[in-house]
Amino acid sequence: MSFTIYSARKIITMNPNRPEATHVAVRDGRILGAGTLEELVGWGAHELDERFADKILMPGLVEGHSHTMEGTFWRYIYCGYFDRMDPDGHIWEGARSIEAVVERLQDAAAKLDGPDTPLAGWSLDAIYYGDRRVDRHDLDKVASDRPVGVLNASGHILNVNTRALELAGLLRTGINHPGIPLGSDGLPTGELKGPDAMTPVGIHVGFDRDLLACDESGLRQFARLCVRAGVTTAADLANLLPPDAVSMMLRVTGEADYPARIVSLRRLQNMTVPEIVDRALELRGMSTEKLRLGIIKVVSDGSIQGFSARLRWPGYYNGAPNGLWYVPPEQLREMFALALEKGVQVHTHTNGDEATELVMECLEEALRRHPAPDHRFTLQHCQLADAAQFRRMKALGMCVNLFPNHHFYWGDQHFAMTVGPERAERMNACATAVATGVPMAIHSDAPVTPLGPLFTAWCAVNRQTASGRTLGENERIDVDTALRAITLGAAYTLKLDGEIGSIETGKRADFAVLEDDPREIGAEKLKDVGVWGTVLGGRIFPAAGI
Amino acid sequence: MSTTDSSTAPLPVTVIGGYLGAGKTTLVNHLLRHAAGRRLAVLVNEFGDLPIDADLIEAEDDNLIAIAGGCVCCSYGNDLVLAMLDLTKMIPRPDHVLLEASGVALPGAIAATVGILPDYELAGVVVMADAETARQRAGDRYLGDTVRQQFAQADIIVLNRTDLVPPSEREAVRDWLISEYPAARQVSTERGQLPPEILLGFREAREAATGQPGPLHGDHHQLVSASAVPEGPVDAQAIADRLIAPDLGLLRAKGVVQDFRAGLMLVQIVGSRAEVTPAPPGSDVGMVCIASRDAAGDSELLASRLKQILAKFSLPVEAIQ
Ligand SMILES: [Zn+2]
Repeated sequence: MSFTIYSARKIITMNPNRPEATHVAVRDGRILGAGTLEELVGWGAHELDERFADKILMPGLVEGHSHTMEGTFWRYIYCGYFDRMDPDGHIWEGARSIEAVVERLQDAAAKLDGPDTPLAGWSLDAIYYGDRRVDRHDLDKVASDRPVGVLNASGHILNVNTRALELAGLLRTGINHPGIPLGSDGLPTGELKGPDAMTPVGIHVGFDRDLLACDESGLRQFARLCVRAGVTTAADLANLLPPDAVSMMLRVTGEADYPARIVSLRRLQNMTVPEIVDRALELRGMSTEKLRLGIIKVVSDGSIQGFSARLRWPGYYNGAPNGLWYVPPEQLREMFALALEKGVQVHTHTNGDEATELVMECLEEALRRHPAPDHRFTLQHCQLADAAQFRRMKALGMCVNLFPNHHFYWGDQHFAMTVGPERAERMNACATAVATGVPMAIHSDAPVTPLGPLFTAWCAVNRQTASGRTLGENERIDVDTALRAITLGAAYTLKLDGEIGSIETGKRADFAVLEDDPREIGAEKLKDVGVWGTVLGGRIFPAAGI
Repeated sequence: MSTTDSSTAPLPVTVIGGYLGAGKTTLVNHLLRHAAGRRLAVLVNEFGDLPIDADLIEAEDDNLIAIAGGCVCCSYGNDLVLAMLDLTKMIPRPDHVLLEASGVALPGAIAATVGILPDYELAGVVVMADAETARQRAGDRYLGDTVRQQFAQADIIVLNRTDLVPPSEREAVRDWLISEYPAARQVSTERGQLPPEILLGFREAREAATGQPGPLHGDHHQLVSASAVPEGPVDAQAIADRLIAPDLGLLRAKGVVQDFRAGLMLVQIVGSRAEVTPAPPGSDVGMVCIASRDAAGDSELLASRLKQILAKFSLPVEAIQ
């Protein structure tokens, strides 16, 4: 049987027995072996493909925590402060001032037909514009007749114009809601904080009723972003996975030229614990090579920058009251116990260290009742954990998926406002996790920050904030450790490390095809490594042609 | 509601909060059984364990349970606002919404959200307390601040499951709640067996206006009711402010009075929450109320205090002081 041998400038295998190779042999979408040409020709008749001769091959990158709705968001206007690449590969320049945001939206509004057609933007990050808040008058400059709304980068704030407020019946005095600040005229300023304040206006500016849902075209766009980021497997962290969505996902990912593997987790919602465990087992049975199902996601608290994360003493640096619980401990205990008993994996979102503590306490109890080897229950974000908590994770057999991108985007705010200097320096303590032996992944939480494991690796290696401060030098990790986290590390948290995450015999032929060698380019340039495209199950996907 | 303008009148919403096991679901089912023709819509955060007694269920759909008497129960998952916007489009429209908050939700936040939605009006925040566990929960390392905030945001605290603790303990919890959460009125019950009027209001405006005591369904030895008719024009806002003072222990009151400035006004009290709005023209004046016996004493005493208050504010408050 014939097979293909690819030559490369270098192959970074992530297999410690032979960390580097020059050739990789692929048959039936899987790796026959990586090594020298002489070694590989022993497999028999082959075809030598030299198209990657000047490229670097790595195992296809694994994004351990993203949301496929990143693909959906690109149908709205990008208003972020930083440059960002869209699914077409077009780089949208960052909007560096409120005026630039307004101008960009004006351009988009000019292309709309119908005077009432709503206009929606996303990824606004007002914290970079100094003390001045974005208000409805700014967006009134975009349009006064059509509703206009821009979602904040965090996803927790929506800014709208006067017309949008009017349509939602909120252009009135006497509103008393913590998520709706009022101006000196007693009317809402147009800033809406939290889903309860956002939703009634969001539906008028063109945001879909369920922002978290991802439709078919969003799923396709998401995969195009994956190719551009060198990602071959991406976890979609919180899906409700209703039957029609599952059939759509099975159909789309089942197409031979769909260029990514998707691992979609079922979020604990609208079901009892026994029901969701049954559903997870049923979903697991429906899994294919390119759509993995059967893991449960639980959200235990909110976010740190939204002051809704649950922090231990002494709480928020600016004195804000403690955050919110999203599930009671009784439900966590029941969830963990039944999942352990039935062999279903659970990933739990914790941001604050109190949430992390409670989740570990509940898991420890559940493990005492249902000892389960290799459960790999994973803490997602887990941004504030301290050293003792990492030791406890290790003892409990947990994995962690940390969020280093936060340092770059919001590290300065964490330092100055949310958790203060000392805890800001230990946030996303990658070095402690590794030293403690907790299996670790790192993630982007796209669309909260851009999908791009090499950028995430750069964040973990440099811990640099947007203003250039190095936040927590001791928690920096080296490039090799970071590269492991975005391949085998993430694969391990998804129980896919036997299948993907390294280039060695028997694994799937999933590669990131790179223009530069991440080991040689230098730690400070890791984010600039060029991505040519990917190989997925032996099928080649150049970014330029996607 | 029998009035013809009910489709445009704001839909009243009672928020029912409290930690797991405090009896929110029991209370909701009790109200469904005593809806007396009102079409109730129950909104629950999740269909965890089904929140509706099996014998009440007529049909079940994905996100909707049809209940005897034209009532419905919908789950709102993560999006309360969308569920509420959908509810107003339902035909026939419900008469009253019971919003059962999740065990860790802050009912005050939900109440604020009700306040920003068109077509809705808040009809009070009721928080259930489990007589057996309330104090322990309020001191819990993880949950304590959440539970304490829930109580602090209540207009009425329902001390439930009082049959499960000895009388001395019941009194101790009651006194503790009164001293920690003086802003909330309090009522005790055993299995959520409250007169529906406390949460749902008096059935008809007429009922209040006739000056007859509101009927207290069932045996409610913890409660007393009374009614009175003001002699002439009064200061409606001053009366409302007086009726929510803790010494009266009023749980619910409704009345139409002739305000000396604004004309016919509707005064509605839910625990510590008071609202004064214009009354439909031609309404008869009169006021009816339900109070807890602990605070109010017997019906005669309550009736005489109510009369005194109506008399006291029969002139503008500025004139009295
Ligand atoms: Zn996420």
